[in-house]
Amino acid sequence: MAEARAVLLGTDGIERLVGLLAGRGYRTLGPVVADGAIVPGPVNSSADLPRGVHDDQSPGSYRLSRDDDPSLFAWAVGPRSWKAELFPPGAVVFRTSGTGSEVQVVPVLDDAAPVAFVGARPCELAALGILDRVLGASEHPDPLYSARRAAAFVAVVECARPAPTCFCTSMGTGPAAGAGFDLALTELVGDGGHRFIARAGSSVGDSVLAELGGRPVPPAAWDERAELLERSEAAMSRRLDTDGLAALLARNLEHPRWDDVAERCLSCGNCTLVCPTCFCSALDDVSDLSGATERRRRWDSCFDLGYSEVHGGPVRSSTRSRYRQWATHKLSTWFDQFQTAGCVGCGRCITWCPVGIDITEEAAAIRASDGETVRKDGQA
Amino acid sequence: MRPTLAVWKFASCDGCQLTLLDCEDELLAVAESVEIASFTEMSSATVDGPYDVSLVEGSITTAADAERIRAVREASGILVTIGACAAAGGIQALRNFTTVASLAGSVYAHPEYLDTLETSTAISDHVPVDIELRGCPVDRHQLLEAITALLAGRRPVLASYSVCQECKQRGTVCLMVAHGQACLGPATRAGCGALCPSLDRPCFGCFGPAESANTASLATRLGEIGASGSEIRRLFRTFNAAAPEFEKESVAHDA
Ligand code: SF4
Ligand code: SF4
Ligand code: SF4
Ligand code: SF4
Repeated sequence: MAEARAVLLGTDGIERLVGLLAGRGYRTLGPVVADGAIVPGPVNSSADLPRGVHDDQSPGSYRLSRDDDPSLFAWAVGPRSWKAELFPPGAVVFRTSGTGSEVQVVPVLDDAAPVAFVGARPCELAALGILDRVLGASEHPDPLYSARRAAAFVAVVECARPAPTCFCTSMGTGPAAGAGFDLALTELVGDGGHRFIARAGSSVGDSVLAELGGRPVPPAAWDERAELLERSEAAMSRRLDTDGLAALLARNLEHPRWDDVAERCLSCGNCTLVCPTCFCSALDDVSDLSGATERRRRWDSCFDLGYSEVHGGPVRSSTRSRYRQWATHKLSTWFDQFQTAGCVGCGRCITWCPVGIDITEEAAAIRASDGETVRKDGQA
Repeated sequence: MRPTLAVWKFASCDGCQLTLLDCEDELLAVAESVEIASFTEMSSATVDGPYDVSLVEGSITTAADAERIRAVREASGILVTIGACAAAGGIQALRNFTTVASLAGSVYAHPEYLDTLETSTAISDHVPVDIELRGCPVDRHQLLEAITALLAGRRPVLASYSVCQECKQRGTVCLMVAHGQACLGPATRAGCGALCPSLDRPCFGCFGPAESANTASLATRLGEIGASGSEIRRLFRTFNAAAPEFEKESVAHDA
């Protein structure tokens, strides 16, 4: 396999990588165990990484287990995506001071240090690609996202242990790392010992790799990587049939399945907030007693009544219409807007839905009775 | 002239009024911005109405209070209820599920002295309410936000979506999904900042039903993860027992 630059690293290579990123002024975040889940957290040494920790995921359920596996990255995505670092759940857009004709707009500067993600998964890399298109490349790029994203360093780790909720193979986003990384790592724990193949995907990645050292990647290690990815693909049991999916959903807006799912759906919004590509936000203008004001931005969800509120009330008052908005945006109308799906197959919305609603199952149910329109309430 | 603010107590524990006193630093700024015309928890000096803003704590449990709340409404420009008692009848609405006679005898030596209604009801069952602050007790940030917004003449920023969204915003790992704990967050209104889940304690619903609470589906799931029917009933029948969505669900699990 011909790569721009690739080296084989020992486990000490990860330690060196963490040190090197700190030396370059990055705030390094990586997978850490907190509150019973693997979530992004500060990584100051490879000892902070979840060695031998595995996740057991199914619709509405997530549990961690540990064994003596030396792997640092033998788990799939957790509840918190990297989105939160680049597009924070809450941010102040600007402040004002003074009142009446004396009002001054005070811009809010982002003073966060550039962030390095060590251990993003391939689907998350794809999700960043989608957010780049939505928030970064639009007519009005989001300044906070764009600045943080441009400064960010992304080291992706290819997947050796997908969860039963993952379906990245269906979406073409994993388990191998696609484009857009600075560094791509593949963790090998075969007979050759605990090693990492590291590939550079950008000029910054290239310079990091040059500093990291390591040795040339022997053919046996490439073979081991190929086998690992093949095993991961084979292990992925969940599928989303994407053939004509956008059109399928678009012509089934009155399908009775939407009523069925609405009976189960809590309208809690968890799915939208764990999704690494959901980008909706709301603005709140608040003031304090002195008259100073702030415009605040917070994550919003199309499961909220307030999301579609216009004069006279919400447009989507039923849970049916709100679940349908979510699913059709992810899998259908996103194509019209951004020319891709809005879903990367990470499975978060399936695992972290308190009642385990599965977007792949809902789509499959509609496909199985394409064109059905009679609603449970008897309406056509 | 500064706008006048009055604070009223009905059947309640005073916890929400204490939340106002708890605002400490901000309370001084509030006191400078409004004339606190009646707040007996703080001062026995009172000023006659009418009042620009009234904060009302507590539920209606006596015929006299049912009259008094009308007078308070008459005398108030904007009426803000504070807490679960005022919003849904509070914990004392447990009486709604039985008879006062059966309870009074087990608590009081001389129940014949009691003069009380059969039910504990929300303020909004008696008079129009302009703003409802939920919680047992209310959240001090929401309380200050409501007062500040009213003084500025803007709409207060009060969420009506689920507590789950506050968990996700603050990065709290879901107790239900990751630990199998029975949590009312998906059916409960945000506003506390997901306080309990952030402290490893599942939400017990003190803010009452969220805007589109699907309690039936949540209850089914709670059963699947191990909660018994009586545990589910108990979850829905606490501080907001008489909130219609919660009441319906707890009754569905009556043995
Ligand atoms: S829709 Fe679900 S599976 Fe797809 S990217 Fe979002 S959270 Fe992941
Ligand atoms: S699915 Fe809903 S929350 Fe997510 S991006 Fe689309 S409209 Fe926004
Ligand atoms: S699909 Fe699940 S996570 Fe999403 S709003 Fe419905 S119940 Fe909540
Ligand atoms: S802990 Fe409770 S409130 Fe928080 S996300 Fe989970 S179910 Fe919702």
